Amino acid sequence: VGLAVFTYGPSALSLTLSGFKWDLLNPPRWVGSANYQTLIHDPLFWKIAANTAGFVASVAVLEAVLALAIAVWIQQLGTHRQWLKGVARTAVFLPYITPMVAMTLVFGWLYDGDQGLLNQALMALHLISAPIAWLQDPHWAMPSVIALEVWKNVGYNVVLLMAGLQALPEPVLEAATLDGASGWPRLVKVVLPMLSPTVLLVSMMTLIHALQAFDAIYLLTQGGPQHATAVVVFWVFQQAFAFYKAGLASALAYVLFVVIMAITAVQWRLRRRWVLHETEAASA
Amino acid sequence: MASSAAVGLTRNGGGIGLNITTRAIQRGLGAGLLAAALAVMWLPFWVMIVTSFQDTAHVLAGQTHPLWAWPLSGANYQQLFNQLPMVRYLANSSLVAMATTVGHVIVASMAGYAFARLRFAGREALFFAVLLTLMIPPQVNLVPLFLLMKQLGWVDTYWALIVPGWFGGFGVFLFRQWFTGFPPELEEAARLDGCSPWQVFTLIALPLAVPVVVTLALFVFIATWNSFTWPLVVTFSDEVRTLPLGLAALKDSFREAINWPLLMSAATTATLPVAGLFLLGQRAFLDGILAGGVKE
Repeated sequence: VGLAVFTYGPSALSLTLSGFKWDLLNPPRWVGSANYQTLIHDPLFWKIAANTAGFVASVAVLEAVLALAIAVWIQQLGTHRQWLKGVARTAVFLPYITPMVAMTLVFGWLYDGDQGLLNQALMALHLISAPIAWLQDPHWAMPSVIALEVWKNVGYNVVLLMAGLQALPEPVLEAATLDGASGWPRLVKVVLPMLSPTVLLVSMMTLIHALQAFDAIYLLTQGGPQHATAVVVFWVFQQAFAFYKAGLASALAYVLFVVIMAITAVQWRLRRRWVLHETEAASA
Repeated sequence: MASSAAVGLTRNGGGIGLNITTRAIQRGLGAGLLAAALAVMWLPFWVMIVTSFQDTAHVLAGQTHPLWAWPLSGANYQQLFNQLPMVRYLANSSLVAMATTVGHVIVASMAGYAFARLRFAGREALFFAVLLTLMIPPQVNLVPLFLLMKQLGWVDTYWALIVPGWFGGFGVFLFRQWFTGFPPELEEAARLDGCSPWQVFTLIALPLAVPVVVTLALFVFIATWNSFTWPLVVTFSDEVRTLPLGLAALKDSFREAINWPLLMSAATTATLPVAGLFLLGQRAFLDGILAGGVKE
């Protein structure tokens, strides 16, 4: 009984905390949808929505493709080189746990207009004739941020996909090999279709994660140039803590919340189908 | 291409020796390409560390090789720790990350145990409510939580950095799964021997849950150490600010020419502790990721 009080204290507190948030959504004196209407009529809101969609989609696609390539690559090293697999997985995963702030500094240095390694390398290879100001150029700012985001988080997907690959039913893979399918054909026709539910789930998680990107944008570009890299969370922060429009910021945050809930709902449906898939495979 | 050639050869019966060499070349090629890809992925780390040991004047004058430079100099680190409040930031980060981790593990283990073992009305509904909090993006809470901190008078104190970090649905979920999967006999025997529920929890259940404790502690420590947005919102003064904010402030302090080598030494300082911790507890950490990502 004493335990119940002890345990319930904290978790009830955290629940009330989350309950509080809804009440504080709008400053008490206004009610209604005024903030949401402001949003809808603000062209910048749509610009930011488009930026966010582009950012999130690029990150998700790039991370899925790259992670898949790396995971398959590591996996095909074979069972007798287990340690090598471990090393490779660690190496790919390490960026994920580093502080984003530190990595934005590093990428800021790589992207530096005058001395940055990226410009130096590209010029040495004669791919560009003059240095590019990666973060100040409206065309290049967003891809530069995307590259950092993908580099940092792709390892997370690799770990999940490698687990997915390992969980594939061995008999099916052997049967495919016996039927003469190996290497590339086996990968495309057998492995990838079986892995596709995992890939989808991983992409959903990437989407949700990318929707919440903030640190890199705040530190590298401040949403600029000309709002080219302004995404939703950065804007929530700006509205709330630079312009002190708490209500508008919360409204924007709730738009984000609804989008994430929608993605999660899709994810749950997929997951249910995935579990079914797994049991079918097990009984087959 | 090479692989389909190999398949063709085995099907034709002959050329088994050739098949083996093709496969060996293929493997070597695969490993080589993989190594190249990993090298590219590690390039930023390499540049970060090399630059951090270079002489600022040389780098700004473009006299250094971007990937390697001799001699190495520790001047940036000296400047970092002698002239800047970096020691303070480091101490703050360590304190906040540790206090958050300890509190989080205590709360999550108790709540998880309660959800697994105690019977009470509305248990399932309450657990679902806890899981639901996992879906609320933290940014939704940013403003209300800040207002709450203001009400409590915690803005710009350690409390604001530490206490909100104690509550997280993921840890509760991990512990509940772990305790549910454990046979209750041992705990029942302890109770018959006269242990109070509290003793059963601390003496029997918790020691059995050490793997979950390690996993969760790693997660929380690393996440807190790296966190930027929340400390940015609730703190203003160097006395309480953490390392990521210190790095950002350091970068903002350069108006004209950015002192990249100094910044890289700061970035290295912020990265090494979590990288080391991850390498030590890698298995536990990856297990946690798989538990959260796949089995949920």
